[in-house]
Amino acid sequence: MRPAIHLVSAALAFAALAFGAVPPASAADMPNPAADARAFQKYFTDKFPKVKLEDFVNGPYAMDEDMHRQWEEKEQFPPYDFSLDLGKEMFSTPFKNGKSYADCFPNKGIGIRQGYPYFDEKEGKVVTLELALNRCREANGEAPFSYVKDEMAALTAYMAFTSRGKPFDIKIPNDPRALQAYQKGKEYFYTRRGQLNFSCATCHVQEPGERIRAEVLAPALGILNAMPIYRSEWGGMGTISRRFTTCNSQTRGVPLDPQDDEYRDLEYYLSYVSNGLPISGPGARP
Amino acid sequence: MSISRISALSLGSALLIVCATAALAAGSEADFKAAYAAAEAANKEAGLLRNQWTTTEAALAAAQKAADRGDFDQAIAASKEAEALAKASIFQSTSEKQAWKALEIR
Repeated sequence: MRPAIHLVSAALAFAALAFGAVPPASAADMPNPAADARAFQKYFTDKFPKVKLEDFVNGPYAMDEDMHRQWEEKEQFPPYDFSLDLGKEMFSTPFKNGKSYADCFPNKGIGIRQGYPYFDEKEGKVVTLELALNRCREANGEAPFSYVKDEMAALTAYMAFTSRGKPFDIKIPNDPRALQAYQKGKEYFYTRRGQLNFSCATCHVQEPGERIRAEVLAPALGILNAMPIYRSEWGGMGTISRRFTTCNSQTRGVPLDPQDDEYRDLEYYLSYVSNGLPISGPGARP
Repeated sequence: MSISRISALSLGSALLIVCATAALAAGSEADFKAAYAAAEAANKEAGLLRNQWTTTEAALAAAQKAADRGDFDQAIAASKEAEALAKASIFQSTSEKQAWKALEIR
């Protein structure tokens, strides 16, 4: 009798493993970026019915009439102007080998911000504009810039400026690795981390428009369209890398290195779900 | 009991106390090293999960600083705090593998 019981138990265990413990992936579990983007945009437009879709790129300035007036005044003498001028000069100055940034990008680097980041099928990874700029420098014998300092902010400010008004047009090619990168970016966005147990979504999905101390939290929709930004709190310009790493440290998490895969994937996800919204960078924030 | 015998006993007791104290101090340093190693190991595991906390690092640094000045009680306490923080960050990473989905906009 006992061997028979063992046999039945083993058969049940096998059946549980084969059919129960590992359920087949359902269609609901499969990433669907287009549906995600629709749901993402609908969430914000439902939450803020008075804000036009394209105005979400103005972050906290779109949330409140008083702040919007402040922003309009600020835009007459925008604090990012110095960075923009520097970026334009840097962009047009040839490297020591005589080549320039224009040689590294389609359309000589003008009006192309809306296509970044993209998934590079050769590399099998996401390539951001900041990464592409440093790769351009290194390919031409120049040292890379810090991803979180003024030079990178200036270059990306200029490239964003030449793309203003163009809608984000992030593509996910028919490559499972691209879909995986998108999915990982989404997972990073919603995953709580740091001692404060915050995810990106905690502030930028659950609480946009609310105050965290003196700051008004920006909505996640359109949040990268305005990058890089001049932040009064920083007293200077900040790149996307700077924004991501400081968000992590503000939640008492140790930031990853700028342009680590997680941040590249996060930028891919966040940009994709803002497809259709115009580039507004460089921006200014309180 | 003669005075000389009492003195010998006192001296013996004093020596015992000195030896015991020295042994306790040595034990404290060893305890610190063990506590610090456990905290470092947990923080390393959190690093593999890409989720270290700045507060863990601060507690580890405070532990090392206390040990450097010979305050092993404080060093052990800070090491244990660091280990607890690191284990909390590991728990967070593990639970978030599924829990993140609850926040997702659908």
